Amino acid sequence: MRDPLVKKVVDIPPSGIRKFFDIVSEMDDVISLGVGEPDFDTPWHIRDEGIYTLEKGKTFYTSNAGLKELRQEICLYLKRHYDLDYDYASEVLVTVGGSEAIDLAMRVMLNPGDEVLIPEPCYVSYVPCCVLAGGTPHIIELKVENEFRLTKEELLAHINDKTKMLVLPFPNNPTGAIMERKDLEGIAKVAREKDLIVVSDEIYSELTYGTGHVSIASLPGMKERTITINGFSKSHAMTGWRLGYACGPAPILKQMTKVHQFAIMCAPTNSQYAAVEGLRNGDKDVQEMRQAYDGRRRYLIHAFEEMGLPCFEPKGAFYVFPSIQKFGLTSDEFAERLLREERLAVVPGTAFGNSGEGFLRISYAYSLEDLKKALDRLRHFIKKLEAEK
Amino acid sequence: MRDEILTFLERNSRIDLKELAIILGTDEVTVVNEIAKMEEEHIICGYHTLIDWDKTSADKVTALIEVRVTPQRGQGFDSIAERIYNYPEVRSVYLISGAYDLMVILEGKTLKEVSGFVSDKLSTLDSVLSTATHFILKKYKDHGTIFEKKSKDERMPMTL
Repeated sequence: MRDPLVKKVVDIPPSGIRKFFDIVSEMDDVISLGVGEPDFDTPWHIRDEGIYTLEKGKTFYTSNAGLKELRQEICLYLKRHYDLDYDYASEVLVTVGGSEAIDLAMRVMLNPGDEVLIPEPCYVSYVPCCVLAGGTPHIIELKVENEFRLTKEELLAHINDKTKMLVLPFPNNPTGAIMERKDLEGIAKVAREKDLIVVSDEIYSELTYGTGHVSIASLPGMKERTITINGFSKSHAMTGWRLGYACGPAPILKQMTKVHQFAIMCAPTNSQYAAVEGLRNGDKDVQEMRQAYDGRRRYLIHAFEEMGLPCFEPKGAFYVFPSIQKFGLTSDEFAERLLREERLAVVPGTAFGNSGEGFLRISYAYSLEDLKKALDRLRHFIKKLEAEK
Repeated sequence: MRDEILTFLERNSRIDLKELAIILGTDEVTVVNEIAKMEEEHIICGYHTLIDWDKTSADKVTALIEVRVTPQRGQGFDSIAERIYNYPEVRSVYLISGAYDLMVILEGKTLKEVSGFVSDKLSTLDSVLSTATHFILKKYKDHGTIFEKKSKDERMPMTL
């Protein structure tokens, strides 16, 4: 029988945490700080609305672009929170998670040979989606000296005549970095001058601490060249509901909707109805969750300082990205030893790109009690390493 | 700052104040002083522990009693409420809207003891017109805490 598989697909490297996942499942009493989703359940009023719509028998398809009320609420929400003006009828598409939105944006805009600038360390989907869409990923390695923000100098240094698209994933997974207005203005200037399309993955937009999130599409001359991607997974603790959205210029959204129609039909109806409730009445819950994350964030930063683990202060998402360079181990070695010897699981920074070497991603989507137990194990391991030197 | 301190203390009165200060992004001295002031102002009235007595061998019966009273001239409901709450077995007394005036929560060792209290001490009070006693059969949630909470983390242990 012939080999049916496409080489391009097979060549995509598997997830960098497969090995750890396997070790974790064999061990007992492992504390994992390696999750990428909220520890909160979806707020009850949203779950209740979801249950109610199932009881009422709303189990049919919605329109391809998504429920009209949801698209309207999305536009109101984006205006209310980020001063963005989108037309619900032609500039919004409801997708199966932010993940699908990223994939669609790349599929409709990348010709073979087009290059996509991807700042790393970053979430693992951008490179594979780019490759699958026929584009060429071009990595920009961000620096801890810049708090893992993208500078306009770095951007300019990597642009060539094939560059078509820039992915802007902020607030960032895994670094917890954010881009403030002044940072975005620098990027926007380059994007306008070099006629770049920006795909802005803002899934963590509600989780910024000490400063509000700024959407690059709200800057002058950017709305016409930006696809703003967001969703409900992190803000409303709705990861399993699989719901997100893309907003952008009508001609691009039209094509994204077309592909979405053929490949998916529509996002889950039940999730859409629940999300309407979330947008209308969920602001208070989102704020409470954000405050809880903020408290844990401060606690972790303080604990790392005491342990002598260098870490810049992350102002977004729910991850901390400390450096373990001083111990002379690679991220992978550190993480594996930490797991085997202390039964504490964290994600090595290299799972998110080569520029993650020397760092660990530690999530604080856990209760304070769990974080304290985990920190005890980490502290013990660090003392052990220092004694070994 | 006060509201945040109160929210944390209400959920966990034993929280380490040094940790609370870190979580709130302030220093321990500020937190300690605020708490002391709130205690003085009787905003913080006590630190109690939430116990599921059903899991112990102690005998406890709790009743919710709705009481209808004739308010005292010049004193409203306050003096009759005081007569009732002075009893140590009375855990709570609330003035409520609706068909009844006061809601009394009472604890005793047995059903008989509680009903005895109602008939001998409560119903016999001068201003009490009528009572309706409800025995608590099962507590699902009390003071914001669900008793039978699932504690297992069902998320996949590692996700990117």
